[in-house]
Amino acid sequence: MNFSNLFKIAYQAILRNKTRSLLTMLGIIIGISSVIAMVSLGQSSSQNINDQISTMGTNLIMVSRAYQRKGGINMGNSNSQSLTVKDVELIKANCKNVAMISPSVSTSGQLVRGANNWPGTMQGGSPEYIEIRKYELERGTNFTENDIKEFRKVCIVGTTVVENLFDDGTDPIGQEIRFGNTPFKIIGVLASKGQNQMGQDQDDIVIAPYSTVMKRLLATQYLHMIYISAVSEDACDKAVEEITSTLMSSHKLKETDTPDFEVRTQAELLTMMNSVSGFLTVLLAAIASISLIVGGIGIMNIMYVTVTERTKEIGLRTAIGARSRDIMFQFLLESAMLSLVGGAIGIIFGLLLSYVISMALNWPFIISVSSVVISFVVCAATGIFFGWYPAKKAANLDPITALRYE
Amino acid sequence: MPTIIKIENLKREFVVGSEIVRALKGVSYDIEQGEFVSIMGTSGSGKSTMLNILGCLDKPTSGEYYIDNIAVSKLSKDELAFVRNRKIGFVFQSYNLLPRTSALEQVELPLLYNKTISAKERRERAVYALEQVGLQERMGHMPNQLSGGQQQRVAIARAIVNDPVILLADEATGNLDTRTSYEIMSLFQKLHAEGKSIVFVTHEPDIAVFTSRTIMLRDGRVTKDVPVETKSAKEALDALPPSEDYN
Repeated sequence: MNFSNLFKIAYQAILRNKTRSLLTMLGIIIGISSVIAMVSLGQSSSQNINDQISTMGTNLIMVSRAYQRKGGINMGNSNSQSLTVKDVELIKANCKNVAMISPSVSTSGQLVRGANNWPGTMQGGSPEYIEIRKYELERGTNFTENDIKEFRKVCIVGTTVVENLFDDGTDPIGQEIRFGNTPFKIIGVLASKGQNQMGQDQDDIVIAPYSTVMKRLLATQYLHMIYISAVSEDACDKAVEEITSTLMSSHKLKETDTPDFEVRTQAELLTMMNSVSGFLTVLLAAIASISLIVGGIGIMNIMYVTVTERTKEIGLRTAIGARSRDIMFQFLLESAMLSLVGGAIGIIFGLLLSYVISMALNWPFIISVSSVVISFVVCAATGIFFGWYPAKKAANLDPITALRYE
Repeated sequence: MPTIIKIENLKREFVVGSEIVRALKGVSYDIEQGEFVSIMGTSGSGKSTMLNILGCLDKPTSGEYYIDNIAVSKLSKDELAFVRNRKIGFVFQSYNLLPRTSALEQVELPLLYNKTISAKERRERAVYALEQVGLQERMGHMPNQLSGGQQQRVAIARAIVNDPVILLADEATGNLDTRTSYEIMSLFQKLHAEGKSIVFVTHEPDIAVFTSRTIMLRDGRVTKDVPVETKSAKEALDALPPSEDYN
């Protein structure tokens, strides 16, 4: 009995019962396609998060205010007055792993141009702010150190702001808009950046010199945040150390004191996001595997019924010279073929499903090779494992009884 | 003519509950090549047990059975399967064709379990066997597209495709009407004339007359083993009144 004959026998048997074979495969198809789709979508979503975070800059370091105690009163984080322009100067002077730095203050208010108005956020920064936050100037110019020194009321606007204030098609550059009661002259327009991973519109922004925002809008001496770009992604950790020690000494804090600031990197954010989406992927895949097991039991069920129904066929095959091992292999091969063909169809369906969903959600489409390989192995194993018992039963049938079976 | 089947004091006992049922109580006979033997007996005579042993589906409790000089009682299960595949052709009362399988594929089936035969040879031999039973026009037909007689012809083609030492027929006309029975017997006589050795198990005396020797079994013993004055099945067929069953 050679293998190609056995193969022929098995596929003839499967083709003889097309509808049943298809229904049997359906369980495996659903199981495998859901596993593939879940794993692939899980990876797409975490890739999507990665991509989004990278658009914010992988070497981005953010220094924010932590709560501060003044005379025993906890000021809370948002009222904390721990970060100053002096801190920025010190970091710039002392930290050699820092490439760019920008103070950050922001306030929201109504933007007005003629009859149009739009709620906007005025973001104060240094000329490096745009580059640190991975924005690009589409038209016009950036503001300069001089503008900062002289508290000039100039600004750079995002496309959302342009769309809402300049719906008549006027070139915004050189135009004046008001933020509350303060007029600002538009000197540049940012290229569109879309939404970030939180779903915020990153184009809904107005950037102005930080000094202007601090003096003319907020009347404050303190910064909300400091955005820093390390010289490279690898230098991030060193930069964080330098920044921390600079700020500790600048704020006259001992090493044992609780710092009144917080330094975070994108890498941390990335790790956190990935661990969440990784957990979800595992969870979804686990749920999907249950349907795979159910599919496998479906195969076992059908094979079991098949053996009883085909008792006479088994008797005949024995009578014409099939050994019990030939019968056993035939039934094992049938169930393995059912599950492998079902698995192949399932893989195609699963990939198609995840392709459609990732296109709809605007996520990157990822084929997880490992999940395809594992699914295929699981398929073969399912077929053999769940086919074993019925095949054994078929092989052990007594040919005389089987031939007389009605 | 050389002896192809040699049976010596063959006994077969079954244990049913606490009782021992003796189905065969010491049977001996020889069959030579080219014989057309009918084994007759009522139900309970042991003829089914005899057929199972002759067909290497069952082994005797004691005694010897040689087919083509092979001592069957000493063979393992796999060796028995080998003997069935190479030396024996079965024809059953209920045809035992696989559903939804073409006549050609049915006939190829025994050769699929013989790895020395290539796919090409398998096809050629199956076609030849179907020609021998007169079904060359219906090779692609499924069992449900064939009449009972035609289905039995497919089964006969399947039984002769491996060129067996002996053809074993178990009540092969039992499910057929008289006319078709005679047609099948005429086919068996034709195969016999071409040199095939045939053992035909039946309980119908009017079928046994088409064979050349009858072994009568009764209660597990041979009661009669006589040559038969063979009647021609073809003549019997011609003598039948015109068929009213078909048009």
